[in-house]
Amino acid sequence: MSPSSSIAAEPGAVPAPDEHHEHHPSYLVDGTTVKSWLLTLDHKRIGVMYLIWVLLFFLIGGIYALVVRLELLTPGPTIIDAMTYNRAFTMHGVVMIFLFMIPAIPGAFGNFMLPLMLGAKDVAFPRLNLLSLYLLLTGAVIAIWGMINGGMDTGWTFYTPYSTHTTTTVAPILFGAFIIGFSSIATGLNFIVTTHTMRAPGITWFKMPLFVWAMYATACIQVLATPVLGLVLLLVVGEHLFHFGIFDPAMGGDPVLFQHLFWFYSHPAVYIMVLPAFGVMSEVVAAFSRKNIFGYRAVAFSSLGIAFVGFFAWGHHMFVSGQSTFNAGVFAVLTMLVGVFTAIKVFNWVGTVYKGAVDFKTPFAYFCGFLYFTVFGGMTGVAFATASLDVPWHDTYFVVAHFHFIMVGATIMAFMAAIHYWFPKMFGKMYHEGWGLVSAALIILGFNATFIPQFLLGNAGMPRRYYEYPERFQTLNVASTAGASLLAFGFLISAIYLTYALVYGRRAASNPWRSKGYEWMTESPPPTHNFVGPQPTYPEEPHFYVEPKKAEVPDAV
Amino acid sequence: MQSSTATAGTAGVPYRPQVAAHFASLEVQNHAARLGMWLFLATEILLFAGLFVIYANYRFLFPEAFALASRELNLNMGTFNTLLLITSSFTAAMAVHYAKEAKNKQVVLMFVLTILMALGFLVVKYFEYSHKFHEHQLPGPYYAFPGLTLPGASAYFTIYFLSTGLHAFHVIIGMIVLGWVTLKAMRNEFSHYNYTAVELGSMYWHLVDLVWIFLFPMLYLI
Repeated sequence: MSPSSSIAAEPGAVPAPDEHHEHHPSYLVDGTTVKSWLLTLDHKRIGVMYLIWVLLFFLIGGIYALVVRLELLTPGPTIIDAMTYNRAFTMHGVVMIFLFMIPAIPGAFGNFMLPLMLGAKDVAFPRLNLLSLYLLLTGAVIAIWGMINGGMDTGWTFYTPYSTHTTTTVAPILFGAFIIGFSSIATGLNFIVTTHTMRAPGITWFKMPLFVWAMYATACIQVLATPVLGLVLLLVVGEHLFHFGIFDPAMGGDPVLFQHLFWFYSHPAVYIMVLPAFGVMSEVVAAFSRKNIFGYRAVAFSSLGIAFVGFFAWGHHMFVSGQSTFNAGVFAVLTMLVGVFTAIKVFNWVGTVYKGAVDFKTPFAYFCGFLYFTVFGGMTGVAFATASLDVPWHDTYFVVAHFHFIMVGATIMAFMAAIHYWFPKMFGKMYHEGWGLVSAALIILGFNATFIPQFLLGNAGMPRRYYEYPERFQTLNVASTAGASLLAFGFLISAIYLTYALVYGRRAASNPWRSKGYEWMTESPPPTHNFVGPQPTYPEEPHFYVEPKKAEVPDAV
Repeated sequence: MQSSTATAGTAGVPYRPQVAAHFASLEVQNHAARLGMWLFLATEILLFAGLFVIYANYRFLFPEAFALASRELNLNMGTFNTLLLITSSFTAAMAVHYAKEAKNKQVVLMFVLTILMALGFLVVKYFEYSHKFHEHQLPGPYYAFPGLTLPGASAYFTIYFLSTGLHAFHVIIGMIVLGWVTLKAMRNEFSHYNYTAVELGSMYWHLVDLVWIFLFPMLYLI
């Protein structure tokens, strides 16, 4: 490792005589006007802006979730009427999927870390990057405008022909999602080109950090799947406004075709959400086990494998749509292949922890939760891929619990781990470790308490999206709502101590975790052009940790 | 080809573009631009691929109606438009050739020809569309053509208007892009150092052409 790559400018250090030329301000203070932030081309500032916005969207989606859970506290009407309930769960889904889960990790941490990890000064297309953020916000504004002016009651899947006939305001929300799709494509395109062309000398493909591999695989899905969603959303908008009848069986249309086109995007979209999470976790597990990642190539290739196989798995959403038994069998097997690639990752993570010198900090706590959610959610996914099991569970709370475990559970764990792991890098401050662990425990516990009752509810036959339910389901629903409250409380604690740390936190060292990730080879927070002085060299693989015993010896630097 | 001498047609020394600060060299910057364009074109192809899937689905559901409805299109106009687009693709390719030789005047000429042919394509399209409107061969519920009442005929015209409409939209975008590159050529910007804008603009135009090469047989011929 290059010894001189990180020269932390300590506040007490003697200023150099020609400070104006020698001092390189961090990206956070290099220009403090509002304009310098809103029109910045710096990937780090864009990443921070993404972080702020996705957190806001997460709050909005979370409030909707709580409204839905509160409504389901009693079998009959509780706090809202049926139509409001339909709008609430639809908007919970739309906001969480399109405005939080998909842009969260690529937008915030991908933007911030990818160039740093590649030793680049920026992403390949900085203007496109900024445009991508504003496209997301434009789409969000249009969708939220639609939400306020009537909302939508179709569920986030917009199934036709219902979505073309409902009198709620489908058009602006779908059009918002269409624009958000452009944002997603732009981000993906930018990341692919950045990975191909911006790697610093010394960083070969197999010396890229695993987060970069995961972002690359994600970007491939974003570029290849999103256009199809764009087309089908436009068609539904047209259909809703002009009744072309292309998906309306009353006019000779084919609603199952909508499902095919919709899931051709939306199933790979699950991997747009969860692959970045896998990438974050590969970084975290190596850093906090203080061990070289086990099976680097296997983890890297399995990301591409998931991206590839993910495109052939959409048909398992249609086992009950009149699909032939043969098709169901084919899609079942193809879906299970995703489990194989995910298992490769899981075993390698476990292999990394094995005999590692585990440093049980907050990100590692989230890693533990993540591993559990991924395995539990993944195993129920394999069960769902089995057509005979899918049929009785179809559209019950079992589905809801399953996809919340794998998509939301895994992604939230990774998102929280990423915030904590990279907080010192991004803001140069340290948060309170004790509160971090308390909050992680509450969130993991709350998540389980919310969704394990839903597995049981679904298995007992409670359908998803229903406003009222028989009384025998009430106990489990109350348990689930209580869990959701605990979850919300956990996030509230995180929000408080992280905000506190942002202002009053003690100053972070350049590399507080003594991580070997490439992104730590510059100052925390990084200067505007990422590196001061000569570019670092990369003689070692990423995540290259020496044996745990030797790691106790203070760094020779 | 000589690297520093100005070729005939340029004013003085070839224009050297500035490398953006975050790129290692002009080569890398151009490579990134090309790769980005290819990826963008891939997304465009997938956008149209969705329409092709829809077409295949309904052709499978309503084979007779689709066969008869496609006879309602004006084959002469379609063929003429195909020739126009293929020729315009040729002139766009020639523009790249001239840009590499720093013959900016020829680049302007080629792109002006391309844009004129694109305009011609849209004019023909306008006559085709107005005929369809006149005959009430329109999408979905607006379909009221007495000559063909089979179920599925309205679906054919829905797909016809969707796909040709989306394509025409791309033609217009292409004209704007090529117009912008033409302005740059008028400023003598292109030489073998720098012809990425010409190349990428032409690539986009080839996509517009390519999509039509699929749409034409799909809608007019079979």
